[in-house]
Amino acid sequence: MIAPEKNELVVISLNGVEVEVPNGINAVEAAALHGKEVPHYCYHPKLSVAGNCRMCLVEMGTPMRDRGTGDPILEEDGTPKIGWVPKPVIGCATNVSPGMHLRTESDLVNECREGIMEFLLVNHPLDCPICDQAGECRLQEFATDYGRGYSRYIERKNVKPKRTRLGPRVTLDDERCILCSRCIRFSQEVAKDDVLGFVDRGSFSTLTCFPGKELANNYSLNTVDICPVGALTSTDFRFKMRVWFLKESKSICPESSAGCNTLVSSREGVIQRITPRRNDLINDTWMTDSGRALYKLVQAEDRIRRPSANGNDIPLDDAISRAFEILKGKKIGVVASCRSTLEEQFLTHRLIELTDAKVFIRGHFGEDDGILLSADRTPNLRGALVSGLSNYYPQDHLNDLNQSISDGEVESLLVIGEDLLESGVSQDNLSKVSVVFMGTHQNSTSSIAEVILPGLTVFEKSGSFINRSFFLQSFDQAIPGPVGLLSDCEIISRLHNLLTDEAAEFFKLNEIWKAMSSSKNSLLAGIEFSELKKGVIQLDGAKWEHLSFIEKEALHHKPLELTTS
Amino acid sequence: MSTTTPKERRIILKHADDPNYSNRIGCYLREGGYESLKKAFSMKPEEVGEEVLKSGVRGRGGAGFPAGMKWKFLDRKSGKPIYLICNADESEPGTFKDRQIMYKDPHQLIEGMMISAFAIGAKQAFIYIRAEFHEGARILERAILEAKQAGFCGNQILGSTYSCDLVVHRGAGAYICGEETGLIESLEGKRPNPRIKPPYFPAVLGLYQCPTIVNNVETLCNVRHIIEIGGEEFSNIGKPNNTGTRIWCVSGQVMKPGYYEFECGALTLGEMIFNVCGGLKPGRSLKAVIPGGSSAKVLRADERFTGSLKDGSEFDWGLEDIPLDFDGPMAAGSMSGSGGIIVMDDTVDIVEAMANVNAFYAHESCGQCTPCREGSLWMRKITQRMCSGGAREEDADLLLSVAKQIEGRTICAFGEAAAWPTQSFVTKFKDDFIKKASESSKERDSKSLQLI
Amino acid sequence: MDNSLNLSTDTLSKIDEVVSKYPEKRSASLMVIHLVQDELGAVNNLACEWIARRLELEPINVKELITFYPMLREKPWGRKHVRVCRTLPCALRGSYGTCKTFEEKLGVKEGQVSEDGEYSLEFMECLADCGQGPVVIVDEKTYENVEGKSAEKFADLLIDGNLEESDDFQSYEDSLTQERKQ
Repeated sequence: MIAPEKNELVVISLNGVEVEVPNGINAVEAAALHGKEVPHYCYHPKLSVAGNCRMCLVEMGTPMRDRGTGDPILEEDGTPKIGWVPKPVIGCATNVSPGMHLRTESDLVNECREGIMEFLLVNHPLDCPICDQAGECRLQEFATDYGRGYSRYIERKNVKPKRTRLGPRVTLDDERCILCSRCIRFSQEVAKDDVLGFVDRGSFSTLTCFPGKELANNYSLNTVDICPVGALTSTDFRFKMRVWFLKESKSICPESSAGCNTLVSSREGVIQRITPRRNDLINDTWMTDSGRALYKLVQAEDRIRRPSANGNDIPLDDAISRAFEILKGKKIGVVASCRSTLEEQFLTHRLIELTDAKVFIRGHFGEDDGILLSADRTPNLRGALVSGLSNYYPQDHLNDLNQSISDGEVESLLVIGEDLLESGVSQDNLSKVSVVFMGTHQNSTSSIAEVILPGLTVFEKSGSFINRSFFLQSFDQAIPGPVGLLSDCEIISRLHNLLTDEAAEFFKLNEIWKAMSSSKNSLLAGIEFSELKKGVIQLDGAKWEHLSFIEKEALHHKPLELTTS
Repeated sequence: MSTTTPKERRIILKHADDPNYSNRIGCYLREGGYESLKKAFSMKPEEVGEEVLKSGVRGRGGAGFPAGMKWKFLDRKSGKPIYLICNADESEPGTFKDRQIMYKDPHQLIEGMMISAFAIGAKQAFIYIRAEFHEGARILERAILEAKQAGFCGNQILGSTYSCDLVVHRGAGAYICGEETGLIESLEGKRPNPRIKPPYFPAVLGLYQCPTIVNNVETLCNVRHIIEIGGEEFSNIGKPNNTGTRIWCVSGQVMKPGYYEFECGALTLGEMIFNVCGGLKPGRSLKAVIPGGSSAKVLRADERFTGSLKDGSEFDWGLEDIPLDFDGPMAAGSMSGSGGIIVMDDTVDIVEAMANVNAFYAHESCGQCTPCREGSLWMRKITQRMCSGGAREEDADLLLSVAKQIEGRTICAFGEAAAWPTQSFVTKFKDDFIKKASESSKERDSKSLQLI
Repeated sequence: MDNSLNLSTDTLSKIDEVVSKYPEKRSASLMVIHLVQDELGAVNNLACEWIARRLELEPINVKELITFYPMLREKPWGRKHVRVCRTLPCALRGSYGTCKTFEEKLGVKEGQVSEDGEYSLEFMECLADCGQGPVVIVDEKTYENVEGKSAEKFADLLIDGNLEESDDFQSYEDSLTQERKQ
């Protein structure tokens, strides 16, 4: 395969200007590093090189050497004589070498682009008005930037199957397909599910699955992301919204500890879809299908929107006071959550320390698929460890809580999001304690809680998570939460003040971070909030080497024992 | 033009038309077969390669690249197994020479292949034969069995330590399998989409990403004769840089079409058409000739070709003066390609002829890269429309423009093969194309020759 | 062993033999498909899946090949399959007329199978015998110079079942064995 060494920088000439680029990267990336776009369709930085769209044709030349002696041949002025390749070469398959000359803006290159553009449009249906890809379609973009601007084609266009069901979440329109084969390469190389292929030949080549098989794996929607045109589209997003109306917010997928970077697209406070965001350290350009569907939680039937006490809706301030009444003076137990943000976990930890509460925490575990769905189905288990909230590896149950209730060690519980019945607490024991429930969705615990404090989903608040590789990542609020609610941080902070008579107010994230990073023993010591906002921060997880983390080796993740052995 | 018919020199096809010669090993051995194999095994593999290089033999599959030099590009340092593939997927329109060799004298090919395999150190050799040669595949398999039993092929050849198995692999009717990387992909069991070069040069990353040599049937047969008489002796046959003999396949509207083997440069195109092949049908005159299979550029009967050759000499040729070797047709702006000479006389509607050729390329395009896939089909649609009454004057320039957008921009040479016929036909017969626009309402004359 | 296609033991052993010749199983794809097609007449989806299992591939890998190559079929041709060459050298010698003659005589359009399943006609690309065009292949025999009146005679002989014995048309393959008597 084309596997370059990316170690040192070399000097190449890009359109007559000398620039520095890492040695061995391809011409498309090299040009992009210096602001020159080389349009391309089939090339994708995370897939093998196919070289079949021919859109990235550029002119390439290398310094000539004497065949016999190997000495460089020079021009009259002493500069190396450049041997230009007589035909244009594809940029995606041309790895730079020292002294290489590239032309991405010459007449020949422009002609090539016009020609290829014309060929791509020759059998392409005039679907723009009804095609979801409009607004983020590379055919549209490159046609405007590099196309001829008019059509010379008067023959009939090829007819192929339209709006076929390729899988439960993907719709395929074969006429729009430009046969770039990105989806096939993705299915083979990343999803490891070889179901897609081309049948027939020539211009009648058609993308399809074998009859009876479907593109149904948990990464099928990534093919929709990488499809440069509207051939593969998301059935869920179909005809929902034009993309130019969407506001994009950076978020992190809360499905598992993989911590995929996402882009949440919303309009007027309603999320329309979720797509992955590129992060070369964590998820490349991929995410799971199941993770994308999580935005549906926001408007789910069982969403808790209003605070209540004993089944009656009450204002939030009253609810917080009622919660305080239930907890004060009692033996408090706090059931924390691995789904809470790092900031929330920090505040919860402060509350626990200062009220001498007992802390209980459970993990949620499932099958690890070795790619981006880890066995740990919570996004911030390591946050609980790093914040000090938990000093043991959470198990998949709360039997210790059940025991504590039986032993009379807890009387009042602050439950953050968990379902106690499901976690092994007996019905009997549940009736012995008073519960304040703080969460986003109803469950068996919220239905017996005396006070319900609504929480915000990941999309309605900002915060940070620590993923399975101990990468600390922050995410932004994408949409506003239900009317009249406060963020989880604010609620915990208020409870804390009531229970401890403190007056500290930790409502803003940067204030919370000032406190988090000031503790000298913490891994978070010295981290600036602004630094956190800029990108991913690698934390050192060595302190927890001895814990048997449940995640397996996966995409961009090697479990600690494999790296340190 | 000489009045005496030039004489063939049959080296490869020596026994092809001998009624007393069968394709069994008994016959082959009687006529001195497998002696060259024994001679090669008494040499070192590098020495065999040197002889082939010295002979200057050029590939007879279409590209005309010196075989000895191709073998030199082989990556022997990687330690990966080396493979030899015989390209017997003869599909270039106008070519029918490999068929004669395989059906009538298969042992010559086997001997040539075993010598070549020995020279390059191949672990295994394949013959990729087109599926339409049903009987040919059976003949070859039978011949291989005979050769194996006699120790000329397979395990411990001639009792030496060198073993090389020979496998006959059938194609299934795709022209693109004649492209060397397309062939390799097909042999690997995938769709025969040619690979991008760089980096997938077969000599480095070929079959199963191992170093591979792909040679044409006729080229490999020549290897046996090169070893028999020696590389230097071979290089004396023909002309400098155009050594050995070539089998020319003449088809189309001549009196005696067929296959003829001549020394390179021994005769001109005119001598071939008018002497050897008995000229055109009575009352007809020559209109155009395609000298090297349909992928080669067409030559007009009344064209003049001028320029200077590689040795510096000037030339001023009519169509009939073009010498039949590698460099001659190339100097005239076309190529000798696979040696398929297609002759067209004045009853041929040039636009229809080109429509026929365009339809071939549109049908055979593998569809991998954009220019060839869309461009070849577009050109077919244009010419088909032109031939069914919808021609416009601007179609000629449109065809040229489309062909120009394909040439040089594709993954493999199929792009050029599809573009060159269009470019040459339209450029040289522009009037015919422009006239087609005014013939739009004419019904097809039932007596005229239908080509599309 | 999985023989859900009910292939003959002969075919099954040939498949085993051919698969063993290649360093990688996938390489045997075309040869295995040919063997299955020769016995069953065509390779439908069920056969496709069987071949995929046999060669440890995905069914789509096999279907890709069958739909790419013109000589691999998902639906069988007629009991007698006639191929006529369409490309330029044969066209120059009248192959379009030959094809039309066959369409009329055999009662089947090019690319189709006759209603009774007896004949099918295919207008193919170059069959590599251009000097003696128009070239016609019936099942596995190659016939030369089949044009005009001779094409009509050819069709008649084919319909009557007398083509093989006829002196007027000797296939390329038969001419080899006839001339070459050791």
